[in-house]
Amino acid sequence: MSKTIRVLVAKPGLDGHDRGAKMIARSLRDAGMEVIYTGLRQSPEQIVAAAIQEDVDVIGMSILSGAHNHLFPKVINLLKEQNAEDILVIGGGVIPEEDIPKLKEMGVKAIFTPGTQTKDTVEFIKNNVKK
Amino acid sequence: MELINKMLEGDKRSCAKLISIIENDEKGGEKIVKEIYPMTGNAHVIGITGPPGGGKSTLTDKLIKHLRKKDKKIGVIAVDPTSPFSGGAILGDRIRMNDHALDPDVFIRSMGTRGYLGGLSKQTRNAVKVLDAYGCDYIFIETVGVGQSEVDIVKAADTVVMVMVPGLGDDIQSIKAGIMEIGDIFAVNKSDLMGSQRTATEIKMMLDLSENLDRRPPVVMVTANRNENIDKLVEEIDAHIAYMEETGNLEKRRRSNFEDELLNLVEIEIKKLIKEKTEADGGIKTYAHQLLSRDIDPYTIRDEILEKINLK
Amino acid sequence: MFDKEKIDQISKSKKDWEEKTLDKVLSRFPERQEEFKTGSGEKVERLYTPEDIKDLDYMEDLGFPGEYPYTRGYQPTMHRGRLWTMRMYAGFATAAESNQRYKYLVENGSTGLSVAFDLPTQIGYDSDHPLSEGEVGKVGVAIDSLKDMEILFDGIPLDKVSTSMTINAPASALLAMYIAVAEKQGVSADKLRGTIQNDILKEYVARGTYIFPTEESMRLITDIFAYCSENVPKWNTISISGYHIREAGSTAAQEVGFTLADGIAYVEAAIKAGLDVDSFAPRLSFFFNAHNDLFEEVSKFRAARRLWAKIMKERFGAKNPKSMMLKFHTQTGGSTLTAQQPDNNVVRVAIQALSAVLGGTQSLHTNSRDEALALPTEDSVTIALRTQQILANESGVTNTVDPLAGSYYVEAKTKEIEDEAMKYIDKIDELGGAPKAIDRGYIQQEITDAAYDYLKAVESNEVVVVGMNKYKSDKEPKQELLKVDPEVGEMQKERLIKLKSERDNEAVKEKLEALRKACEGDDNVMPFIVEAVKEYATLGEVCGVMRDVFGEYEQNVML
Repeated sequence: MSKTIRVLVAKPGLDGHDRGAKMIARSLRDAGMEVIYTGLRQSPEQIVAAAIQEDVDVIGMSILSGAHNHLFPKVINLLKEQNAEDILVIGGGVIPEEDIPKLKEMGVKAIFTPGTQTKDTVEFIKNNVKK
Repeated sequence: MELINKMLEGDKRSCAKLISIIENDEKGGEKIVKEIYPMTGNAHVIGITGPPGGGKSTLTDKLIKHLRKKDKKIGVIAVDPTSPFSGGAILGDRIRMNDHALDPDVFIRSMGTRGYLGGLSKQTRNAVKVLDAYGCDYIFIETVGVGQSEVDIVKAADTVVMVMVPGLGDDIQSIKAGIMEIGDIFAVNKSDLMGSQRTATEIKMMLDLSENLDRRPPVVMVTANRNENIDKLVEEIDAHIAYMEETGNLEKRRRSNFEDELLNLVEIEIKKLIKEKTEADGGIKTYAHQLLSRDIDPYTIRDEILEKINLK
Repeated sequence: MFDKEKIDQISKSKKDWEEKTLDKVLSRFPERQEEFKTGSGEKVERLYTPEDIKDLDYMEDLGFPGEYPYTRGYQPTMHRGRLWTMRMYAGFATAAESNQRYKYLVENGSTGLSVAFDLPTQIGYDSDHPLSEGEVGKVGVAIDSLKDMEILFDGIPLDKVSTSMTINAPASALLAMYIAVAEKQGVSADKLRGTIQNDILKEYVARGTYIFPTEESMRLITDIFAYCSENVPKWNTISISGYHIREAGSTAAQEVGFTLADGIAYVEAAIKAGLDVDSFAPRLSFFFNAHNDLFEEVSKFRAARRLWAKIMKERFGAKNPKSMMLKFHTQTGGSTLTAQQPDNNVVRVAIQALSAVLGGTQSLHTNSRDEALALPTEDSVTIALRTQQILANESGVTNTVDPLAGSYYVEAKTKEIEDEAMKYIDKIDELGGAPKAIDRGYIQQEITDAAYDYLKAVESNEVVVVGMNKYKSDKEPKQELLKVDPEVGEMQKERLIKLKSERDNEAVKEKLEALRKACEGDDNVMPFIVEAVKEYATLGEVCGVMRDVFGEYEQNVML
């Protein structure tokens, strides 16, 4: 059984800067993954609902507006409520170093800050998705 | 199977997992289809097809909205192309429909073609079966919308809505006659744009040329992003369903689609068998070599192969 | 500019030089790279000579500053006469905190205010809307009603400063609040100077804070044009922005092409709405990016100025020279800043700011070194502002007008960008204009493709970014970052409850109903919005009425 990794790339909140999200979506596609892109202004509830229906292995969220401390935990909690905490949650964007440990503790598996090579993100996903 | 039971109770996650198994694991998929098959056949399957840039996803979104007012349970399979180079895909149709993500009676699933041509993905038909068993009243299949060889949708749907849009160049003329003929209903989207009347007229002229139509497809002008005339389109869809049921054409179409599906399934197995049985001799490649050197003719080889798989 | 004989002679001498001098050196010391490229990935020649600009006609293509086609500047004395406006984009948390920052900036020599609004404000939601959760006061100041606006400009005389507001979809409502605050200060609308961004088309393709569908948005924009030309004549009614298009990943030529194509769409919409081109065109302003490739950027500004002048004169038959002058604000490139070794960003910003000054900008925002990490601290903002002051007072580049004119390279590049931009405009015209091209996803696709090419170039180390893919350092200095109080959201919510209990709710209802009628009909909506905000209708209420009537835009994403 050969499984194609499926990733939901989402822009939670109101932030409209989607260059990073689009770039990562393309990079993941070029690495052989199926990328479901949800577009802008998604609530955590919508993101989790989409992730479940699409049965993705990974949720990748990009936030540049500073709302990460609010939005990431919300997604994580909703996944837990719906018994879907096996979905790997990763994040990217403008996220200060000091916020990262807290987010990881809550269950965000990795945070990719500006300047991260996309191949590192690809590697991380490949190594951490449950086969 | 636990997943199936939970799916039948309405659990979305289980429904999603079943589709994943079908997509990724042939044997597992077979088992699922075997088990759910008796529970299928109740949904009306609607294909949404047409050239790219026509607003198929937006239209589907509005159709969902409309049918939800009538309290219908809706499933959507949205197919996007898989890159032949990387095997990856960007599945972006959902962007237009994600407002429905939280509706318990709407289930939307994106699929990559994964190398399958014809506008659908290899497992679209089986994914539809899952949504059918899940209890959807309507299931929409949104085709890839590239290329012009998307005739497969007619083999998977009861009603095919062909979405056209004005101003995409000489589309109508460039669309091959065979493609036009699969449309049971034509929707001219973005009808607020200039040239939409012309597009509609051109479609009607094309339809005038098609002689062997059981039922002349209606042409509906809609503006999906403004939610205009969607009610009319839903009416036409329902009218088509009624017509198909009354005339027995629904059964006829489904039967013919099953013929196709069956042949397909058998074909796949035969190909596998050939691969298996000829492997020891170096596979089909060896035969091709023999053909190349003109040592032997194709028909003799064919018979030889059929013998190997015990069909002759 | 040169006679043919001279050019032939130069051309011949260049060949000689290549054979005798150059080849010898090249065979022993090959160049560092096979090909050299600009920041936008365009090929750069080894050497530029008069041959490369042989078709340049001084009078026709360059002329004199303050005269058509304004290549050398929109005004005859440029920075000798008046320096550019040093305008620092700022705003965060509550109106009271932002007000403090503005006063600090004005005390330190900032000559114009530039208001950053938080995302709920930019998308027309009040702070208590569910989607505002976590976003209130984060990327700018939260404005829910005229009450907040009164505090924001408290103690700042609105007849003395010029204020730029980065607001697009709800621009009409924020402008209305500004007019209302001024009135309370005793300043009449005709004395107000400033700019609203009001550029919805680039929101659809690059920035994402849209609300209404295209047609309705264009109507709001032309309503503002018409209202301001009568009531707020010194106000720049739109800032047609290439900045965000570039940030989204476009090339320099695309920045010019797509921005001017948007500009054309606004002019066409206003003409279609019955306005005379010379009645509103002088109040159009532009907003460009400044990236690191100094000469490419300078050329870009010059090309944009020349091309817009031609478009206004030839395509729209403008008669008033002011309609042909492209005046622009510049911001240094946020996407060029690195999170690694953030102090390096000070140098990047200096180079970028230099290009804007050499390109003849009218106003400039310099980014702060820490902006790849968070909103800037006061210290970082100060360095960024000082960078401008050093350029203005110490570098000497302001002493003469358009100092790079006549450089073979810069003139060739200016022409190249102009031609390239024109090709994009032609293509967009072919698709039926910018709104249709956006609807088709053409512009989005071009930008995303360019962004992806750049990403690949950086990741393959073809493009060097110091501190990021070369000259990396393990020791990252500890940064002091600005923290926005997470309680801002709660505070705003409480203020909203208080507001709604104190205002005349009957009057609000009445004014909103009048606005609804105006939206449904053909009347200019501006006066109705002004009336509503004066009664303390909230931004969310005003935009809510418009959402009801107009519907919402659905983004066309191209991946």
